[in-house]
Amino acid sequence: MRNAFAKQITELAQTDPRIVMLSGDIGNRLFDNLKAKCPGRFFNCGVAEANMMGMAAGMALSGLRPVCYTITPFITYRCMEQIRVDVCYHHAPVVIVGTGSGYSYASLGATHHSCEDMGMLRLLPGMAVIAPADSLEVRGALAAAFRQDNPVYIRIGKKGEPNVHASEPVFEIGKAIPLREGTDVALLCAGTMLPVALAAAELLGREGVSAFVASFHTIKPLDTALLQEAFAKYKVVATIEEHSILGGLGGAIAEWKADANAPGRLVRFATADEFLHATCEQDEAREHFGLTAPAIAARVRQALH
Amino acid sequence: MTHSLEVYPPENGVDLDFVARAIRFKLVQISHAAGTAHLGGALSCVDILVAAYWKILRIDPAKPDDPLRDRFILSKGHAATALYTTLAARGYFPLQWLDTIAQHGSPLAEQPAPRCAPGVELATGSLGHGLPTGLGMALAARIQRQDYRVFVLMSDGECNEGTVWEAALFAPAHKLDQLVVIVDYNKWQATGRSNEIMALPSLREKFAAFGWDASEVDGHNIAQVTAAMQRVNTRGGKPIAIIAHTVKGKGISFMEDDNNWHYRQPTAEEVEKAAVELKLKS
Repeated sequence: MRNAFAKQITELAQTDPRIVMLSGDIGNRLFDNLKAKCPGRFFNCGVAEANMMGMAAGMALSGLRPVCYTITPFITYRCMEQIRVDVCYHHAPVVIVGTGSGYSYASLGATHHSCEDMGMLRLLPGMAVIAPADSLEVRGALAAAFRQDNPVYIRIGKKGEPNVHASEPVFEIGKAIPLREGTDVALLCAGTMLPVALAAAELLGREGVSAFVASFHTIKPLDTALLQEAFAKYKVVATIEEHSILGGLGGAIAEWKADANAPGRLVRFATADEFLHATCEQDEAREHFGLTAPAIAARVRQALH
Repeated sequence: MTHSLEVYPPENGVDLDFVARAIRFKLVQISHAAGTAHLGGALSCVDILVAAYWKILRIDPAKPDDPLRDRFILSKGHAATALYTTLAARGYFPLQWLDTIAQHGSPLAEQPAPRCAPGVELATGSLGHGLPTGLGMALAARIQRQDYRVFVLMSDGECNEGTVWEAALFAPAHKLDQLVVIVDYNKWQATGRSNEIMALPSLREKFAAFGWDASEVDGHNIAQVTAAMQRVNTRGGKPIAIIAHTVKGKGISFMEDDNNWHYRQPTAEEVEKAAVELKLKS
């Protein structure tokens, strides 16, 4: 996904002279092409994320379209107040891209995990929050972000995530992308858990349970039209994300459901409200939190009865 | 008769010492009438504001959104009344607005909101934000081949914030010589001596060691402050840091260097005394 991001930002920057790329000392060689094609519009801001975010706001307030990029915990938690005051309070159109989200860097330990980022950034007024499912959605999300006049946060994985879409889908912020039709349950998935959600749908199908699946890539603003329909139509609506049970996709939809007084059963698949202390890879982290196709299928089946 | 604040055009040999005294008195009046705090730190930066707005900045108060204007960021947002009063006296918005500060519905809150009034470049109040944002504005000038300059006024207490030093490391690496930071070094922060709370002394040497064109001036000598700011015209390849030695509560004897005036408001009697001390009564 990060290669797709680098390629896309290089393409976009060549057509839009307002785009400026700020990196927090990561992406060794990843942006060589951008530097060559758009001289003077790439800045390695060093390991100083708060300054990077403030500078991005200053650029955005001066007519540019900056994008800030580094590993997710450092582009979010580390400079939360700069995002709140410099970016959001001024409604500055800064695009914030966090790489290695969730447990992408599981083996690096909890300093490099990010399962609170969507919840934290979702709280900020004016901020859009997007978790693309694959490299093709990254392209769509980035292009869409530069069409906005508000700040946008995009959380992506690392590299080598499988593409779910066959070709680049029409990507609109706040509009989920349906991938599989179904009649009994709806699986709404944010981010790179999408292949797991589709595998869970297959397992359910073998047992006679028909599952609708959508890439619910935008956590804010929510696709409320789809939610209205889903809670009216399906016996169970499940959310799936590699993010804390608090504040992410499931949290946002639970809040919406309460306020909308929507009928139906909501089941949330997410990580727990805890730090992951075990040394492991991403798949094992997902397993630890029940974020596998068999575990999801089993809990959905239970909820149906 | 006590002189009331007016708009003072920068032309025609305006007496800047008088302008500074008139602004100071208005700050005392505002603090009394509106019950606003931070009078001491507002008074300490008046001469810096006067030097910038009457001698240095390439601005037109009639065109506050001109993309080519110089930017002035009051990073020490708690001194907002000083900025508002300066802007009004320079003709950015009606003087009457100053009588609404901190009142319900006023554009002028105790700390500035985004685009709250013509001439206010940035919402500040949380310290350590002005310099990184100003850096971004200066880089934007370079990227867009515009030649405006960016001035950031910070407090000494503000230099406790890590972002100040992140920005201080970044700017010289990019030779941002259209950037000027002025530290209003009044030696106090909210609850104590700034030199005792953090190791602030040698502030000029700190900036110089980071690669800035750093100098020290008497922050109440408008000519000295002006000359230091004019170094930006040399475009010497280094960002400019001006350590302005100031006195908190400057201009009113019973407020000078007394940190109670970080929060205290003057009584009606004290306002009268201030008018006499500032030689504005005739």
